[in-house]
Amino acid sequence: MSAEVGFRPEPFPVAARTALADAQLRRNLGKATTTIRAKRAQVVGELDDWEALREAGRALKERVLRHLDDYLEQLEESVTQAGGHVHWARDAAEANRIVAEIVTGHGEREVVKVKSLTTDETGLNEALAAAGVSAWETDLAELIVQLGRDASSHILVPAIHKSRAEIRELFLRTLDVDELTDEPTELAGAARAHLRRKFLSARVGVSGVNFALADSGTVCVVESEGNGRMCVTLPDVLVSVMGIEKVVPTWRDLEVFLQLLPRSSTGERMNPYTSFWTGVADGDGPQEFHLVLLDNGRTDVLADRIGRQTLNCIRCSACLNVCPVYERTGGHAYRSVYPGPIGAILTPQLQGIDRAGSLPFASTLCGACYEVCPVKIDIPEVLVHLRARVVEHAAGTRPVPGPEALSMRALGWVFADRRRYEAAQRAARAGSVTISRHGRIRRLPGPLAAWTEGRDAPTVARQSFRQWWAARGGAR
Amino acid sequence: MRVSLFITCFNDTLFPDTGRAVVTLLERLGHTVDFPLEQTCCGQMHFNTGYQREVVPLVRRFVDTFADSEAVVTPSGSCAGMVRDHYGRMAEVAGDAGLAEAVARLSPRVQELSELLVDTLGVVDVGAYYPHRVTYHPTCHSLRALHVGDKPLRLLRAVRGIDLVELPAASECCGFGGTFALKNADTSTAILSDKLRHVLDTRAEVLTAGDNSCLMHIGGALSRQRTGVRTAHLAEILAATES
Amino acid sequence: MLARVRAALRDVPPDEAPKDVPVERGYRTRDDAPPGELIDRFAERVEEYEARVLRVDADQVAAAVATACAARGARRLVIPHDLPAEWRPDGVELVADRVGAPLDHATLDGLDGALTGCALGIAETGTIVLDSGAGQGRRVISLLPDYHLCVVGADRVVGSVPEAVAALADAVAAGRPLTWISGPSATSDIELDRVEGVHGPRTLEVLLVG
Repeated sequence: MSAEVGFRPEPFPVAARTALADAQLRRNLGKATTTIRAKRAQVVGELDDWEALREAGRALKERVLRHLDDYLEQLEESVTQAGGHVHWARDAAEANRIVAEIVTGHGEREVVKVKSLTTDETGLNEALAAAGVSAWETDLAELIVQLGRDASSHILVPAIHKSRAEIRELFLRTLDVDELTDEPTELAGAARAHLRRKFLSARVGVSGVNFALADSGTVCVVESEGNGRMCVTLPDVLVSVMGIEKVVPTWRDLEVFLQLLPRSSTGERMNPYTSFWTGVADGDGPQEFHLVLLDNGRTDVLADRIGRQTLNCIRCSACLNVCPVYERTGGHAYRSVYPGPIGAILTPQLQGIDRAGSLPFASTLCGACYEVCPVKIDIPEVLVHLRARVVEHAAGTRPVPGPEALSMRALGWVFADRRRYEAAQRAARAGSVTISRHGRIRRLPGPLAAWTEGRDAPTVARQSFRQWWAARGGAR
Repeated sequence: MRVSLFITCFNDTLFPDTGRAVVTLLERLGHTVDFPLEQTCCGQMHFNTGYQREVVPLVRRFVDTFADSEAVVTPSGSCAGMVRDHYGRMAEVAGDAGLAEAVARLSPRVQELSELLVDTLGVVDVGAYYPHRVTYHPTCHSLRALHVGDKPLRLLRAVRGIDLVELPAASECCGFGGTFALKNADTSTAILSDKLRHVLDTRAEVLTAGDNSCLMHIGGALSRQRTGVRTAHLAEILAATES
Repeated sequence: MLARVRAALRDVPPDEAPKDVPVERGYRTRDDAPPGELIDRFAERVEEYEARVLRVDADQVAAAVATACAARGARRLVIPHDLPAEWRPDGVELVADRVGAPLDHATLDGLDGALTGCALGIAETGTIVLDSGAGQGRRVISLLPDYHLCVVGADRVVGSVPEAVAALADAVAAGRPLTWISGPSATSDIELDRVEGVHGPRTLEVLLVG
C-alpha cells in the first residue's frame, strides 16, 4: 500500500465506478457484509448490558482524549520502567525512519509483521523496502494482498474482494507449492507452511497495537490466526507502532473494550488470541521492545471538538458491514487504508479536507454506522460537520462560488421569505409542466439529470398544499 | 387539541395530498389543525450538504413561526429529526443564546405524525379503511434518528381491510440521502436496486413510509420500471375511510 | 508532540482532572449464576469454537492426557518445568522447558504438542487465560507445537470478562505476559469460510478438572 502522499486521489464517485460495475465483487461484498452483520447482531444480542458497555467505552475514550497528554506521558514512563523504549513520531516518515533504523541497527534484512492499519497508514513496508528490509505480512489476508501487490478493501478482512480461485492461482504463482486445491483449509495450510519458515528465522517483529495501558505500560494485540502471537513472541526484537489515541487509562478498563471489540468486529464472543506484554519479560519473548507513538495528523483531529470523537475508534469495522454505501462500493473506492463510514470521517481529517473532500459526501446519512459503533462515534454528525468544512474550504479557496454554492445560496434566499418561496413554487410548477408527460418527469435538466438516469421524478403539484389550505378557508 | 402542521417545503410543493391527509385525519379524530403560513423549509438540505450558514435564518424562521404552538406535527421523519437533533447545534454555531433557548423550548414539541398519534394523542386505531396489499419501509431517520420504533406499524395493523406484508431487509437505507442521490448517483442507484427488489418480492400494491422523500426515490424507480407498485405516505393510508 | 497534543486540547479547562470526566460503569461486573452452571457454560462455549473439552476427576488428569495423546498419535509433548507431577502420564515423552535452559524454537516446532495449565477460564466467552504463572511456562511453548492440551481446574472458571480482568490484575501489575485463548487458531479470510488453524495450534483440547 502506498504512503498516500504527494498525489490527490480521484474523488469517491469516480473511484466507486469500478466496483459498482463489477457484479461478482458486489455479490462477494454483499455476502460478506451480510454474514458478519448477522454474526455481530447475534452475539451483541446475547448481552443485555450492551448499551451500558457502549456508553462506558465512549466515556473512557472521552476521558483519554481530553487528557491525552497526561496519559501519553504516563505510558512513556511505565513502558520505560518495564524495560521498553518509547519513540515519538510526528508523521509517517518519522515513524518509518525510526522502525527502519531499529531493524538495520541490528543488521537485519527481514521483519515479520502482524496486520496493522497504522503501519499501512504510514506506508512502512515501502519505506522498509527502500531501506533494504523485506517486511513479511503474516496475516493471511494481508499476505494475499501483499503477494498480489493489491490493496486492502476491508479493515478486518482485507482480501474480502478475492475469491478462493484467485487466491489459489496467486499462491501457486508466488509460494513454493506445486499442488493446491482452492479449499480454504488447504490454502491456509500453504500459508502456514510458508510463513512458519519466516517466523522461525526472523529476528525482528513489527506489530500494531490495539490497546496500551497508561498505568502499567502493558500493550495488547487482538487477533485470530496466531500470527500475532508469533510476531510478538518469537523475535529477539519487537517494534510496535501505535496511534497516540490507542492509550487506555488502566487494566480494568479493558473489561469494557475486550467485550466491545470482538463482538463488534468478528461477531465472536471473544477472538481466538489476545496477547498482552509489559515491556520486556525476563526469559520470555523479545528481550528488546520499542513502542512508537504516532501522531500523523491525529492532533489535528483532536483539536476539532466535533471531529475529536473520531479518535474513539477501536478499528472494529462494524460500521463497514452495515453501511449501504460500503456494501456496494467496497473498500477500494475510499482510496485509503481506512474505508467505510469511519474512513469517510477519519481520512479527510488525517489527510486534509483538500485531499479527501469527497469522502464526507460518500454517505446517505442513514445512521446505521452510529447504531452499531461500540464506542458511540456519531459518524453522521461528524460527516455533516466535515461537509460544512469542505464547503467553507471551497468558499475560501475558489475565486468565484461554484454552481452548487450558488444554487444553495439562492435557495436559502428563497426559503428566507414566504413571498419569494411562494413565487418559486409557482415558477417550479410552470417549469414542471413543460417537461412532464403523463404526470411524471423522465428527464430533469442540469445537475438534476443524475436523478432521472434511473428514476422518474414527480411533477410539481397543480395546487400546492398552502393554496389548498387558503382555498378551503384555513383552520376549522 | 390544537395541532400546528409543519408541512415541509417538499410536501407543500410536490406532495400536497399528504398534507391534506394529515388535516383530514386529525380533524376526523376531533382535533384542530392550524397551518402557519409563514413556514417554509426546515433547512435540512442545506445542513446535510454543508451549507450551515444558510441554515441559521431558517432555524430562526421556524422558531418564530411555531413559537406559540402547543404541538407541531410534520409528515416527515427526516424534517422532524432535523429540528429535534440539529437545531440546537445550529443555534450554537450562530452563537445566539436566545435562539438556543427558544430551540430547546420548542423542539420537544415537534413530532413526526406517528409519534403524535401514538404518544401524544394516544390513539392506534384511527378508524381507517384501506383494502390493499401494503408494505412499509421504515425510513432511516424515522428509525435511527427519531426512534419511532413500531409505531407506524401499530397504526397500520389497526387499519381495516389492509393486507400488511413485511418488507425484507426493511431497515436498510433506500439510497436516497438527499443530495447524495445526485453527488453519488451510481452508488445511490445500486442501493436503490436492492430496495426495489425487496419491495417487489412482497408483491405489495402499495409501498408506504413516513417520509415522501424516500418514497419519491423508491417510487421514481418503481415508476420508471413500470412495476405497477404505487407509493402512498402513511398519512394517506391512515386518512382513508370506507366512504 | 506533547505540545501539539496540549494545543489541541485548549478547550479542556486546565483544572479538569481525568477523573472529572465521568465514566458510568453500568454494565454487569459479575455473573452470579451457580458455579455448576458457569462450568457447564464454559465447556459449552469452548466447544463452540471447535475445541474439544473433556471433563475429568482430579485424579484422572494424567490418564486423560495419555488417552488424548494416544488418540492423535502425539508422542512428545513440551511441558513447563513446573507442571504438576500428578498431570504427567506414563507412555508420553514429556520435554520440559526450563528456566535458564529454554528449548529453542526449532525443537519446539518439532514437538507434537504442548501440555500446560492456565490461570483461569471465562464462562461467558469460553476463554482460557495463561498468565505465565505456575504450570504454564513461557508463551512460546503453547504456540509453536500444533496441538495444545490445556488443563483447567473447574474452580478456576469465572463468570464474566470483568471478573477475569479483576483476577488478573496482579499478574499484569507484576509485568507478566498474558495470552487469552478462545478456541484454536482460526481465520475467515478466504470468502469468510472459517478455517480452524492457521499459525497457532490447529487443535486445542481442554481437560476440565473437577
